[in-house]
Amino acid sequence: MAMGWNRFRKKKDMPSGLWTKCDQCGAMIFKRDMEKRYKVCPECDHHFVLTGPERVELLIDEGTWIEEFAELSATDRLHFVDKVPYTDRIEKTVAKTGRNEAMIIGSGQLGGRPIVLGVLDFAFMGGSMGVIVGEKVTLAIEHAEREKLPLILVTSSGGARMQEGTLSLMQMAKTCNALGRFDSAGGLYISVLTHPTTGGVIASFAPMADMVLAEPGALIGFAGPRVIQTTLKQDLPPGFQRSEFLLEHGQIDRIVSREDLKEEIGRLIDFVKGPVVRAREAKVAEAEG
Amino acid sequence: MTDKSKKSTESNASNASDLEFERPITELEMKIKDLEALSQSSGMNLNGQLNPLKARLDKLIQDVFTKLEPWDRVRVARHKERPLTTDYIQLMIDEWVELHGDRLFGDDPAIVTGLAQMDGERFLLVGHRKGKTTQDKIACNFGCAHPEGYRKALSKMKLAEKFGLPIVTLINTPGAYPGIGAEERGQAQAIAMNILEMSRLRVPIICVVIGEGGSGGALGIGVGDRVNILQYAYYSVISPEGCAAILWKSGDKAPEAAKALRLTADDLQQLALVDQVIPEPLGGAHRDPAGMAQILRDALLAQLRELKRIPTDRLLEERFDKYRNLGNDASVLAPAGTASPADSTSSSSPEKASEESAG
Repeated sequence: MAMGWNRFRKKKDMPSGLWTKCDQCGAMIFKRDMEKRYKVCPECDHHFVLTGPERVELLIDEGTWIEEFAELSATDRLHFVDKVPYTDRIEKTVAKTGRNEAMIIGSGQLGGRPIVLGVLDFAFMGGSMGVIVGEKVTLAIEHAEREKLPLILVTSSGGARMQEGTLSLMQMAKTCNALGRFDSAGGLYISVLTHPTTGGVIASFAPMADMVLAEPGALIGFAGPRVIQTTLKQDLPPGFQRSEFLLEHGQIDRIVSREDLKEEIGRLIDFVKGPVVRAREAKVAEAEG
Repeated sequence: MTDKSKKSTESNASNASDLEFERPITELEMKIKDLEALSQSSGMNLNGQLNPLKARLDKLIQDVFTKLEPWDRVRVARHKERPLTTDYIQLMIDEWVELHGDRLFGDDPAIVTGLAQMDGERFLLVGHRKGKTTQDKIACNFGCAHPEGYRKALSKMKLAEKFGLPIVTLINTPGAYPGIGAEERGQAQAIAMNILEMSRLRVPIICVVIGEGGSGGALGIGVGDRVNILQYAYYSVISPEGCAAILWKSGDKAPEAAKALRLTADDLQQLALVDQVIPEPLGGAHRDPAGMAQILRDALLAQLRELKRIPTDRLLEERFDKYRNLGNDASVLAPAGTASPADSTSSSSPEKASEESAG
């Protein structure tokens, strides 16, 4: 997981050449072509990992995004030190990403529909979930519930954040607790699983949606493939734990290409919540007019 | 568990399962047993020698167990003779009817479910099963459940909800099973579903970590109104070995990882992640399983009787509030040296944030 992230960072930090190499098919790609396709290889359709802000840009109409709780930053309640103190890791990651935590939440419009969006940023410590990530997921759920808005959560995460110990583990319960209430209140939650989504995130709020979408080729699973391989001491089947494997095994609703993602989410919202969203818009328009 | 006195050999033949820090204790125990045997067979009164030895033994056990490092505690939690779910069923439950199967795929032996009665209190018991014999252990995957285990637990918990039976869960797992079949059948989804549903089941839920609280596999039957942990049990986001392998790049650093993870019962109580630490008999549950079962039974009976007096709506509200704020405290949400929540760009955020930090 960390490997994928480094691979991506290296690409991004590369001096601005015009060409880049797809690490899936090896094709040389004209960078502008790839950017136009939201970092999808035009040759093999490989979906590169997006940063959190890139994902927001992909899904939210320009000029409508209001980020919330951006100031909340990871804290080191356990005074965790491995080879490096956790506080140093946080500091370095904050400096590198310019963000305080791995979760980005806020509201905006998706093709004209008001939504609450949360995005886990793999670039921030592998998108791992500690107390603040769990808190921000919960705040997003509560915002959607309060304002009766559709909730969209996009995940890419290695799982719970080890440096916050059992506090991290309990964020699985905190987020599901809030989702239970949102669900009981009739809220609409669409989950988008992107590469990679594993561990405590896929075992808590990520799959507990009304509809679960995944980007093509994403690694999605409870245990990491290396853990399973070490336990079983045998080779894993081809395509194991990829989106297509999950679809085949009945674990997700749809695989959606990045290019179509915004439109598909919009269509799904309209199908199940159309009247509600329209009524809300009418109310807002009335208040303004 | 095993009656060591039956083996009349005076040497260390039965010490194989002892942890190294327990050896001086076992040696002293042997000495006492030998003296007692001698006193009995010869009719001599050896109390003059025995009593100081017994006092020394108690003090020794106390000394050893109060000084245990977190890693030692993990090893006590995994002790070969530590009582398991099946032992507690035998030792503390008055009436027991096991219920099998998830109605979807199979009957996972790594999670046992059934109707239980204890001093007139009826409830559903759900527990990880590790297995006693080697064969049993393999059949139970050493307490690592598959999705069908979590789904069996949920189907029985829904049954309990329908008939107003409280739920008691006994947690003891190294973690959920990592395997091809488990992934194909949605291990993550099964655990997530349990966590979510347990947060809103309309009956009292009491959870007890009796040995290993291994990550999501533990939490999958671990959401409740009262979360207890036995004194020498642990509860962690990852095994110390796994954590050491990833962060220290060496499995040998498990003792360091165990310390850093703050996974002991006392740590978890300090962090407000468990409601109660249940004391174990002197020297740990494995030294006196019957005594441990009695302590656990009393604790469970007290909580069952306390919770059933709370009206359901209030119970659910209190459960919701507890999980809503798990891991939060003022210093986390308004940490020194970072921007204050009032800087937020959203109109609704500042009041929300101050609400949070007040809690």
